Amino acid sequence: MSHAFAQRHIGTDVDAQSHMLATLGYASVDDLVSAAMPASIHADLFRQDAGSALPPAATENEAVAELRALADRNTVKRSMIGQGYYDTFTPAVIKRNVFENPSWYTAYTPYQPEISQGRLEALINFQTMIADLTGLTTANASMLDESTAVVEGMLLALRASKSGSRRFIVDTDAFPQTHALLVHRAAALGIELAQVALTERTTAEDLGDYFGVFVQYPAASGRIWNPSTVIALAHEHKALAVVAADLLALTLLKSPGDLGADVAVGTSQRFGVSMGFGGPHAGYMAVRKGLERQLPGRLVGVSVDAAGHPAYRLALQVREQHIRRDKATSNICTAQVLLAVMAGMYAVYHGPQGLKAIATRVHERTGALVAALRAIDVDVRSDAFFDTIQVNVPAGAAEVVAKAAASGYNLRQVDENTISVSVDETTTLADLSYVVGAFGGRSAFGHVDFDAVQHGLPAELDRTSDFLTHPVFNTHRSETSMMRYLKRLADYDYALDRGMIPLGSCTMKLNAASEMEAVSWPEFAGIHPFAPKADVEGYLHLVRQLETWLTDVTGYDSVSLQPNAGSQGELAGLLAIRGFHQSNGETDRTVCLIPSSAHGTNAASAALAGMRVVVVACDDLGNVDLADLHAKIAEHAENLAALMITYPSTHGVYEHEVATICKAVHDAGGQVYVDGANLNALLGFARYGDFGGDVSHLNLHKTFCIPHGGGGPGVGPVAAKAHLAAFLPGHPLAQSDEHYLLGAAGATATVVHGGGPVSAAPYGSPSILPISWAYVRMMGIDGLKQATAAAVLAANYVAKRLENSYPLLYSGENGLVAHECILDLRPLTAATGVSVDDVAKRLVDYGFHSPTMSFPVAGTLMVEPTESEDLGEIDRFIDAMIAIKAEADAVAAGRWPADDNPLHNAPHTAQSVIEGEWEHPYDRATAVYPLASLVRNKYWPPVRRIDNAYGDRNLVCACPPPEAFE
Amino acid sequence: MTDTSKLQYTAEHEWVLVEGNVATVGITAYAAEKLGDVVFVELPDVGSTVAGGTVVGEIESTKSVGELFAPVNGTVTATNDAVVESPELVNSDPFGEGWLIRVEFETLPTLLTFAEYSALIGE
Repeated sequence: MSHAFAQRHIGTDVDAQSHMLATLGYASVDDLVSAAMPASIHADLFRQDAGSALPPAATENEAVAELRALADRNTVKRSMIGQGYYDTFTPAVIKRNVFENPSWYTAYTPYQPEISQGRLEALINFQTMIADLTGLTTANASMLDESTAVVEGMLLALRASKSGSRRFIVDTDAFPQTHALLVHRAAALGIELAQVALTERTTAEDLGDYFGVFVQYPAASGRIWNPSTVIALAHEHKALAVVAADLLALTLLKSPGDLGADVAVGTSQRFGVSMGFGGPHAGYMAVRKGLERQLPGRLVGVSVDAAGHPAYRLALQVREQHIRRDKATSNICTAQVLLAVMAGMYAVYHGPQGLKAIATRVHERTGALVAALRAIDVDVRSDAFFDTIQVNVPAGAAEVVAKAAASGYNLRQVDENTISVSVDETTTLADLSYVVGAFGGRSAFGHVDFDAVQHGLPAELDRTSDFLTHPVFNTHRSETSMMRYLKRLADYDYALDRGMIPLGSCTMKLNAASEMEAVSWPEFAGIHPFAPKADVEGYLHLVRQLETWLTDVTGYDSVSLQPNAGSQGELAGLLAIRGFHQSNGETDRTVCLIPSSAHGTNAASAALAGMRVVVVACDDLGNVDLADLHAKIAEHAENLAALMITYPSTHGVYEHEVATICKAVHDAGGQVYVDGANLNALLGFARYGDFGGDVSHLNLHKTFCIPHGGGGPGVGPVAAKAHLAAFLPGHPLAQSDEHYLLGAAGATATVVHGGGPVSAAPYGSPSILPISWAYVRMMGIDGLKQATAAAVLAANYVAKRLENSYPLLYSGENGLVAHECILDLRPLTAATGVSVDDVAKRLVDYGFHSPTMSFPVAGTLMVEPTESEDLGEIDRFIDAMIAIKAEADAVAAGRWPADDNPLHNAPHTAQSVIEGEWEHPYDRATAVYPLASLVRNKYWPPVRRIDNAYGDRNLVCACPPPEAFE
Repeated sequence: MTDTSKLQYTAEHEWVLVEGNVATVGITAYAAEKLGDVVFVELPDVGSTVAGGTVVGEIESTKSVGELFAPVNGTVTATNDAVVESPELVNSDPFGEGWLIRVEFETLPTLLTFAEYSALIGE
């Protein structure tokens, strides 16, 4: 068993665990977990038969071979389906140095900006690219996908419009998946949707009363029209105009900003990110001046560091759900950072001329296709187009589509008479010959004179404004230069490839290389989300297996893999509860109870599911206050929709009374939503479905090893009991609406997930599902259990060894924590003036990423070592924390002044200790080499402590001019 | 320097200076300190009607958001443009240049005295 994957994944071996257990006074890890976790929830009490349905653990080679076999069951055709997903060439320099590089994919969200300058710069490149192309002032750091971005655009319009209306107008010529999402999301919020066929001749009377209007540009049919009249009408009506625009088309077309739009949304997928059967890829949103504070999601801004140098960090963070809870601009937290970085780098590498050349080639080939089809008397309906045309084939559409498929091409059948064809940067003249052939013609594209082909761009919409003029988009033309730019940015950042990231509530465990293996295989990466079912058999099988395994380990009956983030899983789960109550005629059940300790996203999601949040108090030990819970249930019994509870709690403790809490909610007719953010502390030992959960979301990017990507992608499946399964998210374009359902006595059946969609693509972000598939496949149920135990052991070991330096804020049974521990720094701050920030930034000097700061309790640090760190690294962290405590004591003792000491001045850059006279009361070595081991293993932060207030008061969210860095 | 003992207060950590039938309102130094570095202030429109006890504005810092409650029923007669332009005034001079709004009222509800407010915040 020396090569069992579990032993590669889990950092502590038997000897290390023995040492840690001795420190804690337990004989075995099972004893420890039994002492920490209430016996009443143990899975063994509930498993009906022989136990887990998971297959025995496979080795790494075996798992990769199985994935290879699944990949072989997918058929990669040339996709000309379009609808927001286009094939693209990922520049190899970006694929190798970003997508497949752990320095980029294992980083966390840049909450510690001093050690995240590389990806923050990459994101500000992305924001600048989006703002430039859309002609708007401020773009955020990405959205989950285009359709959810349109929903967010609608919600933004509702917040910002002074029309007083709750009616939103959607152009009939919009992508069908976007329309389906709008219907589902609007219904929960009491927004009326109106479909109107918008044209240049639309009048105010056609539109009526509304707070916003949505335009697809170019339209879903490929039609290009000038929406400026419609936009002007909206503004006269105090409504906002939201335009979904194709970024490649915008290099040739007048920008949404120039047309007057308030908000532009869309996807950056075709900028070098594979279709991946739907994702992940980065959606985008940009707004005009004055709407910055209404932006959902993450926003990177420029500020200054302690030395006055420019530095990047996340801006306007209080808009977000962790502060504003149910009043937040949105429930989304995760962005799609890794994919946004790739799209931004695609623009850096190609530059404005390169992008324009790609767009021109795509457009010319589309024009050539039109000419060739017309030459054989095929009825092409499109006159004004960019890359997509519609063709009229009376009663013959299916036949042509089948003929094309036989030649290896997927066209889109709109209806029995209509076919849509989309051209992309990978389309060759030979491809076009085959397409023309499917329509019954013969063509010799090798001899087409492009100057003679038809051009489909209306002259009035020719782009005249510049874009991507910043030097970063005009410098890195050679691969050498690009490679070095990517390396330089990666070197600014602290990711898992440097050391431990002990972020509580974030689960920064190993993302094993073998788990990543399949992600970039063309059979997984090169598939369109709306490809025919026959092409995606391997994918559907993988999805079914993962659904089965996830139900098995959570104790639920059915799983939807569609949600693209934990927040979207929460929303899907709450919408399922809403659908369930409505189907029972209980439309008044709209109150959602949420403990005060809950993550702010819970409240934000409840608000978006049309629920009213009622907060339940927590007691002094951090647990749900049972008296208050019973009082709130009694007060709202008639209207109780759900309780949302996190388990183990956000305080990192196994609450003893969880089963009692669930029962009280059920007795009152409510449903229990268990937030699965902390499943890492339970897997293999206990299951949400056993002790009272009706529905949960899981974070595959935490518990199931999908890398954080520097702040996304995430995958947040929603798992539910059978009675909610029919209300889980479905999708109008899904290849199969049948999903796994655990039947009675372990028998399997299927169920149709009949709720509305929450993601643009039917299976969310399928191309990264092989990662979680491989993790479960290689761990088996025993490996998963060992991982949980190792994570709990590590957290308790850290808590124990630090107890004399930093008091533990909360613990559960026998004084034990679950998989993370909260260190209370408030006594230290009171005694010494040293703040949480000081300790977090000083850890950088010691070569660490800080634990989670001030969540869930202000003035604390929450540490989650995870099972993947070895004892040496855990001890190195503990030693650093103890050394920092001694430094704080020295400040308290007066050895160093409160405003000039190694903590207050942390982090120290190389420049700060080399330049000028050294005038601090501690020496340079103390500043940057507080431990001798750092001399040969030093992480140098590129900037000093960043001034957050300056950046928020002087908001700049685009690339600063190069002179700023001189 | 404002004599804070002459001001009245609310439990929402606002101070109220009453001159005739006009109340000038700001947030207390205690509230400003708790909020941290203020980066954005949103105030009601001049001329708008406000109801006592309701949220009429927001004070945003780098780490949290404070709500501005109207202490009285009335009409907003002025807002502090300087504080919108330079939100840091709320931190640097909460009782002076950091004032937020003026409200013309008909009847003044019972507010907290300096001693009562001091007791509330434990000082």
